[in-house]
Amino acid sequence: MVLTVQDVKKSFPGAEGEVPVLRGVSLTLERGETLALTGESGSGKSTLLHLIGGLDRVDGGSITVAGREITDMSDTDRAALRRTDVGVIFQQFNLIPSLTVEANIAFQARLAGTYDVAHAKRLSAALGLTDHLLKYPEALSGGQQQRVAIARTLTARPKLVLADEPTGNLDEATAAEVLGQMLALVRETGAGLLMVTHSQSVARRMERHVHLSQGHVV
Amino acid sequence: MTWVTLTALLSHWRCNRLQFFALVAGLALATALWSGVQAINAEARASYDAAAATLGEGQFDQLVPRSGDRIDQATYIALRRAGWQVSPVLEGRLRTNAGSVRLVGLEPLTAPGTIAPVGMSEDANLDDFLTRGVLFAAPDVADALGRTVAQRIITDPSIAPGVALTDIGVAQSLLDAEGRLSRLIVSPLQPMGLPPLEDIAPGLLRQPAQDAGADRLTDSFHLNLTAFGLLSFAVGIFIVHGTISLAFEQRRSMVRTLRALGVPLRTLIGLTVLELSLFALVAGGIGVALGYVIAAVLLPNVAATLQGLYGASVAGTLQLRPDWWLSGLAIAVLGTGLAASGALWAIARMPLLSSARPRAWAVASGVTARRLGALAVLLFLTGIGIAIWGQGLTLAFALLACLLIGAALILPLLLRSAVTLADRQARSAMWQWFWADTRQQVPGMSLALMALLLATAANVGVSTMVSSFRVTFVDFLDQRLAPELFIRIEDTAQSADLEAFLLTNASDVLPLLTVDTDVAGVPTELYGVRVGPTYRENWLFLDDTPDVWDRVEAGRAVVVSEQLARRAGLWTEDTVTLAPDLTLPIAAIVADYGNPLGQALIAEPLFRQLYPDVVPVSFGVRSDDPDRLRRTLTEEYGLPDAAITDQARIKAFSLEVFERTFTVTGALNVLTLAVAAFAILMSLLTLASIRVPQLAPAWALGLTRRRLGQLELLRAVVLALVTTVLAIPLGLMLAWVLLAYVNVEAFGWKLPIYLFPAHYAMLTVFALAAAALAALWPAIRLARTPPSDLLKVFANDR
Amino acid sequence: MTVRALLLILWLPVQAAAQGFAGLGTDADGFAVPTPDPVFDFPKDHGAHPDYRIEWWYLTANLTGPDGTAYGVQWTLFRSALAPETREGWTDPQVWFAHAAVTTPDRHLVAERIARGGIGQAGVTVDPFEAWIDDWRMSGLDVEMLDLTARGTDFAYDLDLRATGPLVFHGNGGYSVKSAQGQASYYYSQPFYEVSGTLTLPSGDIPVTGAAWLDREWSSQPLADNQSGWDWFSLSFDKDDKLMGFLLRDDAGGVFSSATWIASDGTTTAYPDGAFRARALEWHEVAGRDVPVRWAVQMPDRGVDVTVTALNPDAWMALSIPYWEGPVIVQGSHAGRGYLEMTGYD
Repeated sequence: MVLTVQDVKKSFPGAEGEVPVLRGVSLTLERGETLALTGESGSGKSTLLHLIGGLDRVDGGSITVAGREITDMSDTDRAALRRTDVGVIFQQFNLIPSLTVEANIAFQARLAGTYDVAHAKRLSAALGLTDHLLKYPEALSGGQQQRVAIARTLTARPKLVLADEPTGNLDEATAAEVLGQMLALVRETGAGLLMVTHSQSVARRMERHVHLSQGHVV
Repeated sequence: MTWVTLTALLSHWRCNRLQFFALVAGLALATALWSGVQAINAEARASYDAAAATLGEGQFDQLVPRSGDRIDQATYIALRRAGWQVSPVLEGRLRTNAGSVRLVGLEPLTAPGTIAPVGMSEDANLDDFLTRGVLFAAPDVADALGRTVAQRIITDPSIAPGVALTDIGVAQSLLDAEGRLSRLIVSPLQPMGLPPLEDIAPGLLRQPAQDAGADRLTDSFHLNLTAFGLLSFAVGIFIVHGTISLAFEQRRSMVRTLRALGVPLRTLIGLTVLELSLFALVAGGIGVALGYVIAAVLLPNVAATLQGLYGASVAGTLQLRPDWWLSGLAIAVLGTGLAASGALWAIARMPLLSSARPRAWAVASGVTARRLGALAVLLFLTGIGIAIWGQGLTLAFALLACLLIGAALILPLLLRSAVTLADRQARSAMWQWFWADTRQQVPGMSLALMALLLATAANVGVSTMVSSFRVTFVDFLDQRLAPELFIRIEDTAQSADLEAFLLTNASDVLPLLTVDTDVAGVPTELYGVRVGPTYRENWLFLDDTPDVWDRVEAGRAVVVSEQLARRAGLWTEDTVTLAPDLTLPIAAIVADYGNPLGQALIAEPLFRQLYPDVVPVSFGVRSDDPDRLRRTLTEEYGLPDAAITDQARIKAFSLEVFERTFTVTGALNVLTLAVAAFAILMSLLTLASIRVPQLAPAWALGLTRRRLGQLELLRAVVLALVTTVLAIPLGLMLAWVLLAYVNVEAFGWKLPIYLFPAHYAMLTVFALAAAALAALWPAIRLARTPPSDLLKVFANDR
Repeated sequence: MTVRALLLILWLPVQAAAQGFAGLGTDADGFAVPTPDPVFDFPKDHGAHPDYRIEWWYLTANLTGPDGTAYGVQWTLFRSALAPETREGWTDPQVWFAHAAVTTPDRHLVAERIARGGIGQAGVTVDPFEAWIDDWRMSGLDVEMLDLTARGTDFAYDLDLRATGPLVFHGNGGYSVKSAQGQASYYYSQPFYEVSGTLTLPSGDIPVTGAAWLDREWSSQPLADNQSGWDWFSLSFDKDDKLMGFLLRDDAGGVFSSATWIASDGTTTAYPDGAFRARALEWHEVAGRDVPVRWAVQMPDRGVDVTVTALNPDAWMALSIPYWEGPVIVQGSHAGRGYLEMTGYD
């Protein structure tokens, strides 16, 4: 089990006191498994993703990533977990604008100290980035930028990949292509994939599907 | 991990070289101004000391012969062997084919540290000075001297005009006075248990150190220059703050990405601090070097450092002393820390999750502007509180800080109000757009404009202070040094004879009768003066009534010093009791800088009536040819040279030293404005990228790019104008605090403030020119923006 | 006591700039240079040797007050020649300066004087003996019986000294080698003075008694180029033996040591480099630098294994040429008192 979420609760301060966003969510993910997390806007799916990534803290419940309970970890330990075991792919790509594509791809693996040039080359080739390695991100199209982000995540060989609407900023054709490449590569590495999406067509391409509504899994 | 993260952080600068340049340059300029001012301060102080030392004026008591004008060298040895720490001086006139030179022989090993007046350079060293014979000469006499004596001549501009300095032994042989001395300088530090002077050298008289008024004036001047240095640094810090905030703002998304990818917050902050410290050290180093250049360029003539010979370094030029450049670096690091602390705090607090979209660089949106305004008002109120109830130098500086920071903080609000006011008057759509757009620019340019505000205010303040200072000082010199020669004798029996001699040889003789007494409970020197044109024409008053001198001459009024008036709580037209049966109204108050005693002046006849036994021992002498009169007095009448003070020379030299300092201040003014202009340039350039989307709609609606460029330029000038107009009252307040408050706290007396409207007008023009110059390039760039870039705005619109 | 050499290295550049520093390392500029196997001629050699570049009359005393309080006194007259000659009047190239100090367990009072030769303000005569600068004097019929005075702004002293033993000569009969390269000086001492007199401190007069040690040394090329400072010890043990030892430190961290063992009858044994060992045990911050104020001193040949501790760790000579000098207490295999001088700690 690469991910176990048990009865996780989270609320945020609002204009009229605490607003509960997650009211006790549980789910699990195996290695090599893909899971789509859907729900309307505000259903808490991104919040859940951030909690799993250790970017935020739960109010209640527990989250175990790669066999380690993260809810009580210090910020530094959670940062270390993000470096080595978890990869996050954002809707906004979040590339580092002042580094070349090649440096961006290598970045997380270098942080984790697991950089493998051959692996990075293979991923770049598979994602069709070989010709763009020396460019800066601003020179790439949105689809290419997201491919760079995917390559960056997978180069670090995470056990768990979290993706937050990774194709949300792309046109339909590009989105389908990028998604296809991503799924293929994730399967190849054997990582678990948890993807937040609002698109049913995207969700259908995943092995399992969880729908969040009103802070509950339905 | 550390290295990878650092590379990512630093890569930002590779892509934003202009920003990097702005950061380093801003910091370097700030440090340069600071260290330049420090160096100038130190060197200027040294030249004042030199002036005091070469003029033999001074800070030290002296032993002079009771009669005649020479002391036997054996007396000196006897005093030394009795423990007296005295140092010999021989003075005399040396005839050259271009007139006579006043030769001063000193003994550098025993002279008190601050007096050693030897401009040591690579050309000379102690060995030369002691055993071979070297003369240090003022530039005006160096050539003539070189043709007269065999010794080597070194021209030293820090020596008073007409004077040459040399070793006592050389002086004895040149003046043909082997074994003879003129006077002995008494070191302020004497060993315990000294035998009395009368036992060892009954023929000598101890003359107390002379009035230190000028010293205190210059101390005050240095304090103010130091304040100016701090102010310059504050201007620089605004620039640094601006660039650092901008860089951090732009790196927000990167910081978030780094953290999402697993870089711990602590590592990130640590690396940022490391990065900034590195920049601060590099920029600080450049700044110190620049400051050195500034100081060296501004003060070419103070190369001769006048440290005591003993243990001090001998190199003649301005030096990069370790304490000096270390303090420069320290202030650079400190300043960066100050400027970056906010940004670092923001990083530490920044939530990982909220949108990673970079915000526009803005200090003051409407709400923030009002919030800053409120803070400013709070600071002003604190300042007023300090001004009313505060006491002490620290609080005086706190008052300055309140005033300046408050003014800077309230600037965005005032700018917004001014623009809104203009907006209401706008008739055409274009002007409405212009004003609305200007208001939008205020936040982005606030920091740069604050820098301009402080720079201009500092200039107004310092110019006012320095010029007021000059006016006061010149008046003071004119008044006190009006007689060309001043003679002081020790033997009262000689008084009448000397006066008679003087009356036949000089154009006017002003005997000074004086007694120490108590007036209104204040220890006071009461003077009897011979009222005449010298007093009527040269004396300026802080406050006076009609016909001051007529009333004084008639014995119907008295003139008192500011110190006496303030301490006794009296002012003009109040009456004061000078003697048991003499009560007179005060006709005028006169400034008497630096004198701890009070002063009161009455007419000579009245004084003689009151104190028939007092005989004048001091005479001011007016003469058209003071040099000749001096010769007549020493050669025909046999007066010792030390008894005659050449006041015209003192005045000329003091004024020249002052002129030098004023040149420096002027140059510093230009520099601070340049720094502020640089800040404006940098903020406009960095705003330029944000500007394109804002300007595209106006372009699409029919304004040409050329017109847009012109408007950009106009906008910068308008904002600068508002800022400058605000800066003038701020600068005057600054000057007021420095002169009327800081000075009073530091020295106990007030300097009158004089206004120089023409100068402020010129400063305004300079400031506007600086702003326009800074805005020129960005405006031209804007005017040349390719239409495709403007079109892209619409294409990319999300 | 090469001590003063650094003072002069610091001092001389001011004067030697014109000649260049080359002169300091060798026998340049016509100054005389010490040669082995010296023959001294007293009382003449108690006087000045103007053809040598530097010279000193260096006296330290360990004293005790009526209540048992320990005090230290220093009196030093230096001569530094700009040229190897003397002249009458101000052109005399001989420069004189002097340091005086009184050390108590909690105060250290210092003063200095400087004067030119040739005019009578400072100098040394031998018959009768007088070394003086201003009102500071060390004088007597000869060096066996001396009267010693000095004063500063906050202290004064007036001491009577009486020698109870012979002069002793360091190194090879008074030829003292200062480096492996052979730099040397003439160096002898009178370490057997009994002292009585009065110290005047800000708190009042204090009658004192004790022992004093006079060093005489002159040379022209005192230190090798790479020598950076020294630690000099003069120790008087309760068993009446005395030990003079010094370490000269070089830039590379190496030391050159030398020592003289002085038996109670004045017979001496000179020890070459390495026999005398001293190791810093404790450092103290004074005037912004760290200075060792407790030392382990060993001389295995004589069974000496002692700890030398400063009476007052703040005995910093804050003068034109600053250094550390003060009385010390000796404990361990031998007990006693002495003086320690340390230079070159920047």
